[in-house]
Amino acid sequence: MNLLKFITAGSVDDGKSTLIGRLLYDTNSILDDQLEAIQKANRKNNDGTVDLAILTDGLKAEREQGITIDVAYKYFQTDKRKFIIADAPGHIQYTRNMVTGASNSDLIIILIDARKGVIEQTKRHSFLAKLLSMNKVLVCVNKMDMVDYQENAYLAIQADYLKLAGKLGLTDVDFIPVSALRGDNIVNPSKHMDWYTGDSLLDYLENISLDDKKSQPWRFPVQWVVRPQTDDLPDYRGYAGRVIGDGLQIGEEVLVLPSGVKTTIKAIELNQDSLLQAENGQSVIIHLSDQVDISRGDLLVSANSPAKTSREIDAHICWFDQKPLDTNQAYLLQNHSKVSKIKIQNIHFKYDIHSQEHIIDDSINLNDIGKITLKSAEEIVFDSDSDFPENAQAIVIDPRTNITVGAVWLEQEV
Amino acid sequence: MDYLDHLEAEAIYILREVAGQFENPALLFSGGKDSITLVHLAKKAFRPGKFPFPLVHIDTGHNFPETIAYRDQLVEELGEKLIVGLVQDSIDQGKVVEQKGKNASRNALQTVTLLETIEKYGFDACIGGARRDEEKARAKERIFSVRDDFGQWDPKRQRPELWNILNGRIHKGENVRVFPISNWTELDVWNYIKREKIALPSIYFSHEREVVLRNGQWMASTPFLSIDQEDKLAFKSVRFRTVGDMTCTASVDSEATELDDIIEEIRVSTVSERGARLDDKVSEAAMEDRKKQGYF
Repeated sequence: MNLLKFITAGSVDDGKSTLIGRLLYDTNSILDDQLEAIQKANRKNNDGTVDLAILTDGLKAEREQGITIDVAYKYFQTDKRKFIIADAPGHIQYTRNMVTGASNSDLIIILIDARKGVIEQTKRHSFLAKLLSMNKVLVCVNKMDMVDYQENAYLAIQADYLKLAGKLGLTDVDFIPVSALRGDNIVNPSKHMDWYTGDSLLDYLENISLDDKKSQPWRFPVQWVVRPQTDDLPDYRGYAGRVIGDGLQIGEEVLVLPSGVKTTIKAIELNQDSLLQAENGQSVIIHLSDQVDISRGDLLVSANSPAKTSREIDAHICWFDQKPLDTNQAYLLQNHSKVSKIKIQNIHFKYDIHSQEHIIDDSINLNDIGKITLKSAEEIVFDSDSDFPENAQAIVIDPRTNITVGAVWLEQEV
Repeated sequence: MDYLDHLEAEAIYILREVAGQFENPALLFSGGKDSITLVHLAKKAFRPGKFPFPLVHIDTGHNFPETIAYRDQLVEELGEKLIVGLVQDSIDQGKVVEQKGKNASRNALQTVTLLETIEKYGFDACIGGARRDEEKARAKERIFSVRDDFGQWDPKRQRPELWNILNGRIHKGENVRVFPISNWTELDVWNYIKREKIALPSIYFSHEREVVLRNGQWMASTPFLSIDQEDKLAFKSVRFRTVGDMTCTASVDSEATELDDIIEEIRVSTVSERGARLDDKVSEAAMEDRKKQGYF
């Protein structure tokens, strides 16, 4: 059985938490004591039915205000698949939490209120989806019950969203009309929308293909060097890490970056068993043919397809901190297990979320997305975000507060 | 990869990040199935090398004897270091006051002993077996969860945690709680235990024992509970679905003697795992409040 991770996004009150609550409720994933706790909490909808949103609003402050502040993760499974849901906040001020949830998801569900149509948060979240290389987007047009289940309302929103998707370059977009509150097309087909003949949300989630990602050359960030130094194993030296990409196998020629030293893969170990090859996502230990100087933070790559190395890189950035980006301050850049000292040398522009136009501006504030050039004290090893996002992602840390203040997508050397 | 392979690879990755990013980490070991799973994952992450951290057990003195016996045997087999923090010591030193009355439990007191142990040994990261599916406040917590000087969690100020990049940078005095099996469900843990043939303390399997009825649930009869004439005692065939202190962990009626029976029992269960934990039932925000104080 495989695993699908998805996130729900959309504006405040579009009904994200209700949608998840409904999905869990209608798949019998809510247990008796949890349901009892919800009923005790006594938060009701206007029509007296139990408010399912309370299932994911796990913090006191969230329940008091009836909003979602931080991502909640929920787990359920059917006979076909296991699911991890990230229920993300809709408020603009919590965009960083939405990005946290989205960065670990395979699919994004964007909710649109059938009465309101495509609004600013729809555009922001769609833009972030593109930036996060989430190519699969499912638009759920919610609250169809509030527009008398009219097909016209649904079609108008679909047409609007397709225009937006076209501008952003989101190519894999699907639509489902739903009412999370009433349960229309969530697990069970709607009795009110004969005109819709597609999948219910659950059918869609169970059947969507996950194996259509393009194959990438392998990269191996070294996390830890295993050296027992015991009488039995005096010379054992294994490099531990998690494989990114495909084709890592014994005998493969290896380039150690940033040093540029070449060697070959002598052995691959998983739980002290030998493997001939390692696949994408596996946590393994690698042995090399030559004694070379390698430590945490180094990146091993296939010598046939080396990665880029540079000290000056153009990149996209999304800013998470109240304090605006400061071009005079030193920051830290962490990509995989490597931490480098950097400065943001240039702010080229930031995006207008409405029009995706470039605004020429030299400030990047909370929740802004822009294009920058960064300069690093050391060589940074990366691939271009447009062709290998898994090796282009990094975070920015403010060394004075240690807080993660930004997300970065490395694009190309200057 | 199968979903268990995926969860395993993710947990190993997180454990190795702890080793790489921190000076003085520790693995909090309770003797429950989740921390036993963590130890198994640590073997996969670091063998044939030694663990880059000791095991730390915060011992309330009210553990099931089976748990302690299991702990000691496991540590001997592993050849790794065990540090025990005793709640009794905190009581003797007057740092905490033992609860009185019928439902007295040392569960809340262990937070103080935990924070003291962290300070005494200067641990900068503590690895724990908490899972997001256990409880709604836990569903919100990051994999690297920063605690302030007082061990407190501030749910409104969590760091963004993007992709699999874990930011473990902290100031002196702060520490990080690390949850490598955040994304596992109860059923995932059991399926993994079965697949990997991991041995468990016997109390997880059905056995006959004397039990006492408290707040509608059957607890193990033990001198740690104040039992009087009004209490109803019985001999029943039970097992424990979650293992904490004897004073706050209720049994479930069960004939499950094999892993397959347990997995089936959980699969069809209509009550959550922590339904048998009296410590979570104090109020709607019981877990969040305790976590803010420094509890796991």
